[in-house]
This record gives sequence, structure tokens and C-alpha cells, in this order.
Amino acid sequence: MTLAATAGHPGFLSPNGVEIAFVLVGLATLGAALITVTTKQLVHAALWLVVALGGVAVEYLLLTAEFIAWVQVLIYVGSVVVLLLFGLMLTRAPIGRSPDADSGNRWIALGASLAAAGALVWVVVDAFRTTWIDLDGPAQGSTKASGEFLFRHWVLPFEALSVLLLAALVGAIVISRKDRQDPQGGQGTQDRRGGGGRQGSNGVQGPSGPQGGDDRRERPTVNREDKS
Amino acid sequence: MNDVLDVALRLVIVFAVFMVVPLVVGQAEHKVMAHMQGRLGPMYAGGFHGWAQLVADGVKFAQKEDVVPADADRRIFQLAPAVALLPYLLVIVAIPIGPGEGAVGQVVDAGIFFVLAVMGVGVLGSLMAGWASANKFSLLGGLRTAAQLLAYELPMLLAAASVAMAAGTVSLPGILNAFEWWWLPWQIVGALVFFVAGLAELQRPPFDMPVADSEIIFGAYTEYTGLRFALFLLAEYAGIVVLCGLTTVLFLGGWHGPLGADGLGWVWTLLKTGVLAFVVIWLRVTYPRLREDQLQKLAWTTLIPLALAQIALTGIVKVAIN
Repeated sequence: MTLAATAGHPGFLSPNGVEIAFVLVGLATLGAALITVTTKQLVHAALWLVVALGGVAVEYLLLTAEFIAWVQVLIYVGSVVVLLLFGLMLTRAPIGRSPDADSGNRWIALGASLAAAGALVWVVVDAFRTTWIDLDGPAQGSTKASGEFLFRHWVLPFEALSVLLLAALVGAIVISRKDRQDPQGGQGTQDRRGGGGRQGSNGVQGPSGPQGGDDRRERPTVNREDKS
Repeated sequence: MNDVLDVALRLVIVFAVFMVVPLVVGQAEHKVMAHMQGRLGPMYAGGFHGWAQLVADGVKFAQKEDVVPADADRRIFQLAPAVALLPYLLVIVAIPIGPGEGAVGQVVDAGIFFVLAVMGVGVLGSLMAGWASANKFSLLGGLRTAAQLLAYELPMLLAAASVAMAAGTVSLPGILNAFEWWWLPWQIVGALVFFVAGLAELQRPPFDMPVADSEIIFGAYTEYTGLRFALFLLAEYAGIVVLCGLTTVLFLGGWHGPLGADGLGWVWTLLKTGVLAFVVIWLRVTYPRLREDQLQKLAWTTLIPLALAQIALTGIVKVAIN
């Protein structure tokens, strides 16, 4: 799966095939990412996210990091996006535009994302300034190489991340259990009832009741009017 | 030039396998189900035992009108069958059926991760279909599909990780090269977990709650007609082939057989895959459908602990051997 490249001198002015492909895939990924955050259709945004994440996986492949590429597909495309779609379909997934999905925080979000992107680019550029991957040689991102690197030189960060994830897992369980003990809390129910999905915001819903966990009733029904 | 020819030939063979073997499984399902349920099934098309019924079905599907519901999200609705089907084609590329480089479409270094990752993408097709159909039964089917995938992806991965630990590699041919006969009892729990989780991921009975035809009228595929519906069916059969092939390669020793003739490796692989496919069909005929909560319970309280126990066992034995 590693793509062999013609031997190229390190330099920006004599790009070889893999480098050109890298830039093109990068542009496509960037485009998909932009559509993800600007589209008015919620589920389309999730699907464009698949394209963007898949593009990142292809970039990893082009850099011979095969293991990371497939893990990227497995975790992000196969699980995270499925989780996103599941959440959308469970709450609100109208076909067509959803104008109420815009947040007033968009400028703050833009600033935060630009700052994060700037920091990441700066760190990566600063760390790998003069490092070049030899795309002709043996794959430097093979499973064996990644595994040895991870468990020889980066064990401590790896374990710290594991503990962090475990804490998040325990936290999620605690939060979900609290919810169950307090089924009369109107707020959560109210939020979910707002997600009438395809019925739009006309408020003609099934019988209203404060019972929590009554997801079945709020399943969106198809309605011709909401195409307008 | 020789390289180009080699690659082209491999791709053509993989494509041919992809087009033929799932249909063979489909035909076998017709016949096996008919025999197990003591009924004849379609017996006229083509003469002998109605062998041409599959061809007739194909012609029927191709003739039907391709309907897209008025409220549906047109593009996603039409794209969904391709998203469901193509990942299995990619997976078949990486499954080795015999020893040596000649018997696998493409040797993938991180083979296990490749096949599991790409198989997971196929489920997106069902989700897209369920959402884009603008039908509440379809949406319900899509929801159940997503819930099922989330529940069963984990035990499947853990079971596969156990084999990778045992072999010390994640490449599929590498695993088969390291295979010994006593892996069979050693990894049997992992094999069962993998197979069951794979069945659930394919939404085959008894795990077919997402497509339960008597309750939510085939779930995500309710609104599909003609060729697109046929593509979804083909994806299901291709999924059976891929799952059985993977179980064979990971747990049953692939090309290794009791009569260890080197030239007959591919026969063993096909034989084991065929037997597993038969089991898949057999399960469909014999078991009633699991309810949604039973499905989730089976995954989270039975399969995941079993898979974790298998990993622990693998680790202990591995350390003891070394």
C-alpha cells in the first residue's frame, strides 16, 4: 500500500508525484471541512465530515503511516461519525435546511478554531522543520515502527491518555446514572422535545408529558410541509 | 509493464470473486432454507432444481422502476447503496486465500485494521439510506443499525486483537504464517465472539432487528426498489463472504489443513469459508429474532467480557510460551 515515489531532492520547487497528490488531497480535505462547518443541512455536515476525515486518512497513507491511516478510518469514520449520526437521528435530523441550527457563538468559535489551528501548525512546523520522510525507503510509519516508538519512547504520555480516557468513561457513566435518578427534571425532556425533527417547529407534537426517557414518542414523522 | 499487468490481473480476479461468490452464497441460502423448512422453493427457472432463479431475480430487479420518494434527500438516497457495497470489495482485496504473494489481492501491512476499518464504513450506507428515505420506519432502522454497530464493533475488535497478540503481527498473511493447530482451542472463545459480533454487524438473523421485515418493513431499505435494493442485498451477501473469510483467516487457520498439501491451500480456505457461510444461513433458519434490548445486553454484558477474558488468556499463554 505504500506508494513508491521517484527520488526527489528535498525542496519545494521540484515536487514529485506523491507530494503533488498530498497537496491535492489536502485541498479536497480542506474543502470538505469548510463545507462541514458552513452547510445548513445538519446530516450533510456529518457526511462531509466523513469526507474530510477520510481525506486525512489518505494523507497519512501518502506519508507511509499506514497504521495511523487505518486507525483513523476505524475510529473516526467508523465510530465517531456513526455516533454523531446516531445522535442526530435520535434528536433532530430534518431533511433539508435547519435554519435554527446556527449558534450565536460562531465568531468566537471561528476565533478559537483559528487559534487552535495556528498553535498546531506552529508546533508541527517547529518540531519537524528539517525532517524529510524518505518515501522510497521502508515504510517509516508501519505498524511495527509505530508500536516500538509508542511503547519505547512515548509510554508515559500514552498511559496518561489512557487514564484520561478512563476518567472520561467513568464520568460519562456517573452523569448518565444521575439522569436516571431524576426523571422528572423537565429540562432534559424539554430539550429533547424541541427536536421534533422533520416536523419543524410547528409544535404539533404527540401528547406532551414530562416523562423522561420517552424517546419513542418523539421520533420525527414525515411531513410534506417542511420541504418548503 | 509486467507490474501493471500483474496489478490489473489481480484486480480483475478480485472483482470476479466479488461478483460471483456472494451470488453463490445467495443461491445457497435459497436452497438451504428451502430444504431446512421442508418446502420446495422456486423449482422451475432453468430446469434442474430451479438453478436459474437467481438470474431471473436479477433480471426482475433490473427491470423495476428506480423510485426515489418525493421527500427524500435525493443525492444521499442514491449514493447510499454504493457506500454500503464498495467497502466489501475493498476488503476482499486484502483477504489471502492461499500461501504466498500470489494468493492475495494486495498484502496490507496493517491488515486487521484495514479490514475492520473498511467494513465499518459500509454501515454508513445503511445509515444514509435510513435517514435520506424520509420514512420513519427507515429512520428507525437506521437508528437501530447505528446502535448495533456501536455495540458490536468493540467485541469484534477485541477478538481480532487477541489473534494479533497471539501471532505478533497485524498482517493477515503474517497471522496465517504463524498459525499452529493448537491455536484453535486457544482462541476458540475469541472466534465465537468475532463471528457473533460480525453477524450482528451484518444484521443477519438472529441480529436482524434493524431490518426486521415484520415490524419496520426492512428498516433502512424500505423505500428502495429495483437495482439499488439489489445492491443492498448484494452487500449483505458480500458481507457474509467477507465475515466468513475473515473468521477463517483469523481463527481457523486459513490455508492450513490436516492434509497439509501446499498446492491445496486455497481449497481449504474456500471450504472453511463455505462451511461458515452455511452456518450463517443455518442460524437464519433456526433462531428467532433478538429484541433490541436483548441485542444490546448480549453485546455489552456477554461478548465484551468474553473478549476481554480471551485477551487475558492470550496474554498469559503468550508470556508462558516465551
